[in-house]
Amino acid sequence: MDLSIRNLGKQFDGFPALDDVSLDIRSGELIALLGPSGSGKTTLLRVVAGLEQPTAGAVFFGGEDASHLTVQQRNVGFVFQHYALFRHMTVADNIGFGLRVRPQASRPPRAEIRRRAGELLDFVQLSGLEKRYPAQLSGGQRQRVALARALAIEPRLLLLDEPFGALDAQVRRELRRWLRDIHDATGHTTVFVTHDQEEALELADRVVVMNRGRIEQVGTADEVYDAPNSPFVYGFIGESSTLPVRIEDGQLWVQDRTIGLRAEGAPAGDGTLHFRPHDVELLDGCGGCIAGVVVASRRVAGSRRVELEIGSAGNRVEIELPADHRAAERSRIAFRPQRWKLFGDGGEPLPHAGHAAQPKAMAGAN
Amino acid sequence: MSLAGAAGWRFSKPSVVPGFGLTLGFSLAYLTLIILIPLAALLLRSASLGWPQFWAIATDARVLHALKLSFGASLLAALVNVVFGTVVAWVLVRYRFPGRRVIDAIVDLPFALPTAVAGIALTTLYAPRGWIGAIFAPLGVKIAYTPLGIVIALVFIGLPFVVRTVQPVMEEIDREVEEAAATLGAGRAQTLLRVLLPGLAPAITTGFALAFARAVGEYGSVIFIAGNLPLKTEIAPLLIVIKLEEYNYAGATAIAAIMLAISFAMLFVINLLQSWSRRRYG
Amino acid sequence: MADVTLTPGAGFRRGTASPVTERPAVRLALMLVAFAFLLVFLVLPLVVVFGEAFAKGWGAAAATLAEPDTLAAIRLTLMVAAIAVPLNLVFGVAAAWAIAKFEFKGKAFLITLIDLPFSVSPVISGLVYVLLFGAGSLLGPWLKAHGVEILFAVPGIVLATVFVTFPFIARELIPLMQAQGTGDEEAALSLGASGWQTFRHVTLPNIRWGLLYGVLLCNARAMGEFGAVSVVSGHIRGLTNTMPLHIEILYNEYNIAGAFAVSTLLAGLALVTLGLKSLLEYRYGDELAATGHN
Repeated sequence: MDLSIRNLGKQFDGFPALDDVSLDIRSGELIALLGPSGSGKTTLLRVVAGLEQPTAGAVFFGGEDASHLTVQQRNVGFVFQHYALFRHMTVADNIGFGLRVRPQASRPPRAEIRRRAGELLDFVQLSGLEKRYPAQLSGGQRQRVALARALAIEPRLLLLDEPFGALDAQVRRELRRWLRDIHDATGHTTVFVTHDQEEALELADRVVVMNRGRIEQVGTADEVYDAPNSPFVYGFIGESSTLPVRIEDGQLWVQDRTIGLRAEGAPAGDGTLHFRPHDVELLDGCGGCIAGVVVASRRVAGSRRVELEIGSAGNRVEIELPADHRAAERSRIAFRPQRWKLFGDGGEPLPHAGHAAQPKAMAGAN
Repeated sequence: MSLAGAAGWRFSKPSVVPGFGLTLGFSLAYLTLIILIPLAALLLRSASLGWPQFWAIATDARVLHALKLSFGASLLAALVNVVFGTVVAWVLVRYRFPGRRVIDAIVDLPFALPTAVAGIALTTLYAPRGWIGAIFAPLGVKIAYTPLGIVIALVFIGLPFVVRTVQPVMEEIDREVEEAAATLGAGRAQTLLRVLLPGLAPAITTGFALAFARAVGEYGSVIFIAGNLPLKTEIAPLLIVIKLEEYNYAGATAIAAIMLAISFAMLFVINLLQSWSRRRYG
Repeated sequence: MADVTLTPGAGFRRGTASPVTERPAVRLALMLVAFAFLLVFLVLPLVVVFGEAFAKGWGAAAATLAEPDTLAAIRLTLMVAAIAVPLNLVFGVAAAWAIAKFEFKGKAFLITLIDLPFSVSPVISGLVYVLLFGAGSLLGPWLKAHGVEILFAVPGIVLATVFVTFPFIARELIPLMQAQGTGDEEAALSLGASGWQTFRHVTLPNIRWGLLYGVLLCNARAMGEFGAVSVVSGHIRGLTNTMPLHIEILYNEYNIAGAFAVSTLLAGLALVTLGLKSLLEYRYGDELAATGHN
């Protein structure tokens, strides 16, 4: 089922948790809502489920306005961060709960409910645990039961709030792959909330990056990583180095030198250069490059991280070098970003020629 | 201070904090003098009665009736408190209204108000010419000086036990659990009856048992409103007092022993129930 | 997806009920039930106490209070509380110290024993002392021979009151001190403080509000105890009558206004206790943490 979110707003005591959020999700998509805490991602999920009422805007389920539906009528499967399993019910009773509370006319017979619960337990690979109580399960098992319970009502939409937040790293990775399999097997339109970019990029068809109640960018893992459209997304997803620069005559300048990057069409003035620490080429001589003095160097797994101090203003950037590079303290290193992006003082993207994937249309964005 | 045994058995774990011997010694001595020796005196005395005498006292019609009345009225009062105490706790925990703090404080009144004061106040209120008694008198319903009056007094005494046992557990209810029930399609009533109430059952049972145990032993608030007619409205604790006033120590002791045995058995069952539910539901 | 026209339906209804609360009508009904119940069972009895006391005017009430027997009852009640509460205070602190700061065998059993008086009928609490010191007991004849009066005298009243109020302070302090652990004490000791200094300057400030809370409840029960005291007192007017016993006598003599006049003092004490208790919970709730409500 398609899901459309139109101009949603939500105020909490005058503080905007959601600010004019619009989003279209296609049937069967697996979507990640990614952002730091307080970015509004969980609020958005809860508004879609009907657990919160928005102060503005509407939610459409497949073209039907769902805004006036109660949470019970929406028929969405919701998996809570702490699972919210019913402590006094067995695993089987937890899973069958959504069917047992249906009105008599649409309630399956008892045996059918038991059969469905058993099926779902098989499906989440927990066969044989029907009679256990939630207190007797591990965190990962509880998570699976919570998912099976949400699937039991044949939801129109599957929503998961930080599904792996309370699990340790090992179980997290396992369940991540498993959730992808479940999604592919059931074909449910699925939205999950996470603050873990690795999780979002690995799992989701498209990632929705949120910040301060607004959507910053929507795109595939490649799009948000390779073409971030705001300094926030650049900084939040993957690692980035930034350097204040000046734009003059279609060139980028650091203090009194050009650094060999062209920014045609960008208005003259100040801006910030963003690039990935590993997306740099080292240069021998420096005719149009960024040169700096090594102030710190540390070995990180298969590579070497070097912190450089650029120019006399004391700006520092981090770049990644091969592990065998001898970056001695106080030595000079010259480099040039291979892929980079330029943002104006207000965070607006500025046009330039340095990025392969850079759409020209961006120039009109501001 | 540890009393180390030969095979490494230690009475206490070593600690750098001083004063273990002094404080434990004093506590045990005080406990023994004030509580254990007097209770032992009661047990010894009832043991010395001999079975035939004990049985004769226990099966005396007046004693049997008093015990039945005490336990029956207590059961009824505790049930009333389970229903209304749970509603009161829910209102206090979930709803916000002006004066909530005052009402919350008032719930403890039966803990703080001396039972004799409560007794004469309730009697005055429910007597045929009292504010409430006068409402029921024309309908032919007598409250004071009947078993109904005893139940009223025991409801008063037991209420805080239920509210104060259930309230903290209600405060701990995870909102997510209710939201989960709603997303699964459960209406509010279904959520309350099938999800929340079963979760509260252990606390409600404990509150019931505490209110019941307290009611069985209650004396001060009951004797004024009861009327104290033998074989009609005479409660077991009053019968103990009457036997004492008649210098019938054997009778008083036997009734006391029966009451204590039942109370302790109940406490034991409550503890079992609680540890069972803790093991199962975490 | 871009071409789908989305037509808003009824739109979102402002104030649609939250899924985790009842409908307003149900809420109102539950609140009315709760308030009516509390009004009938708790508030009205309290109103009756003050209403009846002053039904015949302030003068009549004041006259009862000024009678020598009433004054004697007030004095005795204050004296009994002044002995019983400090005794149980010392016990409560000592027991809580031993139980909370140390690990030893049989601790759970000891806690059960401390709770014992809660599950004993007040009448039985009095009875045990009658059986221990009364005429038919082992000690009785010896006491009589040596002219020691316990039953039907002040010592018996004090003992019965101590028995009944025995667990109050310990019950308050044990969970509190268990939650606080021994870290602070170990730190003080490592800095060179003596055991007493550690208690005085580190432990006591940590437990003072819990202690006060326990003392309040203990005192309220000590001054109001009726059943246990009734059994051991002998009801000798002006000598072994506490305030609750005096209320009973006045009431049985059909001096209703007088009985309620004396009752106002105890009801006032109950209200002050409740007020202070709520204040403590409100101001120092976190420092009373882990406390039960008995």
